[in-house]
Amino acid sequence: MEKKLLKKVDLIFEKCNCLNIIDKVLQRSGDDIILDIIDSGLKGRGGAGFPTGLKWKFAKNEEADQKYIVCNADEGEPGTFKDREILDRVPEKIFAGMAVCAKAIEATKGYIYLRGEYNFLLPALNEKLTVFNQAMKDRKFEFSIEMRSGSGAYVCGEETALLESMEGKRGEPRNKPPFPVAQGYLGKPTSINNVETLVFALAIMNIGPEKFKEFGTMDSRGSKVFSISGDTPKGGIYELELGMTIEDFVNEFGDGDTKAIQVGGASGFCVPRKHFKDTIIGFEGIPTGGSMMLFNSSRSMYNVLQDYLEFFEEESCGQCTPCRVGCQQLLKGILAVKRGEKPPAYLEELKKLSQTMKIASKCGLGQSVANPFNSIVNNFREEIIY
Amino acid sequence: MTKIETFVKEQANKYGKSRKSLMPILQEIVQKERFLSEEAMIAVAKELDLSTAEVYGTASFYTFLDTVPKGENIIRVCKTIACHMKGKDEIIEAIENTLNIKLGETTSDKKFSLLQANCLGWCHKGPVMLINDKVYPEITASKAIEIVEEYSNKN
Ligand SMILES: Cc1cc2nc3c(=O)[nH]c(=O)nc-3n(C[C@H](O)[C@H](O)[C@H](O)COP(=O)(O)O)c2cc1C
Ligand code: SF4
Ligand code: FES
Repeated sequence: MEKKLLKKVDLIFEKCNCLNIIDKVLQRSGDDIILDIIDSGLKGRGGAGFPTGLKWKFAKNEEADQKYIVCNADEGEPGTFKDREILDRVPEKIFAGMAVCAKAIEATKGYIYLRGEYNFLLPALNEKLTVFNQAMKDRKFEFSIEMRSGSGAYVCGEETALLESMEGKRGEPRNKPPFPVAQGYLGKPTSINNVETLVFALAIMNIGPEKFKEFGTMDSRGSKVFSISGDTPKGGIYELELGMTIEDFVNEFGDGDTKAIQVGGASGFCVPRKHFKDTIIGFEGIPTGGSMMLFNSSRSMYNVLQDYLEFFEEESCGQCTPCRVGCQQLLKGILAVKRGEKPPAYLEELKKLSQTMKIASKCGLGQSVANPFNSIVNNFREEIIY
Repeated sequence: MTKIETFVKEQANKYGKSRKSLMPILQEIVQKERFLSEEAMIAVAKELDLSTAEVYGTASFYTFLDTVPKGENIIRVCKTIACHMKGKDEIIEAIENTLNIKLGETTSDKKFSLLQANCLGWCHKGPVMLINDKVYPEITASKAIEIVEEYSNKN
């Protein structure tokens, strides 16, 4: 069989003159910038995949005396570490991406919400922000950025929990609507974007939407930074074109014995070997925040599932019952099946429970537990039972 | 004014006396004291004009805002799947034996607390641990012991 080589792309880490791009962007109207972003087809890289141009358009259309832009650098999804790498290697591009957004939606203040686990990046980021904020002042562009830190709560990556946390409260997700673009930080219109999304927005300003669209597919424009870990000889960060099959991916990154791959972290989907060929990585197949974790045949998928469920049980904010109790019950349930205290058919009950959580939970955390649960239980039933 | 009250006042002046400054102020206290004492939380409540219950309620939500005393150095070993597969259990065991404490405990000289954490964002370089803000990727049991001993020799 012919091996298809994956197309490597270098839009995120390639050096560019950020201030030159900002100067050009400042000459343009907000609507004009937003049209380019919509035209590029860029979708959010934080997991949910909402079209970035639309988000900016909604924020722009709001009438308000103050608007905010928040860069979501809370990166807590197990298996994801690409934002850390971007924050470390090309922070100026993130700041510049935020400036593009600020110009587009008419925001004057930006925040970067950095997970507490990445506090070691703070001194360098603050130093570079001083230079950046001065450069904006020199241009008479009213926009400045400040850092904010998280304190070890995965759920604070959820955009409304993040806002609560920034407002000095418990990181408990809000009801939506209203969406942050209408009522965000301190009740003002706020565009919340992932680190990588903002850098792509800058790249689109630089190379133009047409060039960006040369990468990827109809539904998944552009490239994506992947965090690759687990049983692979080549773990690390790779920017790849969207729309590849898992088979192509595994050919390049597997260790020759890959039995399953978890796409999108703990809240994503497990794909078994038999589906590698027909599964596409992208918004038309499995969308992903970028985490790709490989498992070879020495791994117990039961352990993997138990690990994920423990993660959710700990990180659930506990605000709504389906998620709080559901996470506990799923974890207890698979333990009971494993120990033989419950019959294998009990797994069907648990699957129903995870479906209920999908419908009845308040935020994406509780809603997505069914993804790993069903995909692992359905594909590796024997390993869960015996 | 006690030492902690003075410190809280300084932080409130630096970040502003409003609710949105609560997280940065609590984080500064934890950075300095490794935990939030009752006295500190009362001082914060006073400075920001909040009830103590609100300050405690917020703090208790966050793993890194501890409200019980912790050691001078907080070790957090990643326990999530990639690091689990790469042997985080051996790392924890090695540190437990070196410090003569169990997971979750603090040494009697108050120098170390040993905790687990969820994914620290270094999955391709597991096992990994944080000591305070510093990251140690790709550790082995013997390397972990070495690192911990370095900290215990520091004053
Ligand atoms: C539990 C949970 C955790 C999340 N964590 C993150 C995160 O760490 N980083 C991130 O960018 N988005 C995260 N998101 C998605 C955000 O809510 C939001 O959709 C995203 O920041 C929007 O940015 P984007 O459109 O650029 O992707 C999380 C969502 C949920 C439900
Ligand atoms: S789904 Fe879970 S994390 Fe989200 S609000 Fe409900 S309890 Fe909190
Ligand atoms: S699983 Fe340990 S750092 Fe991600």
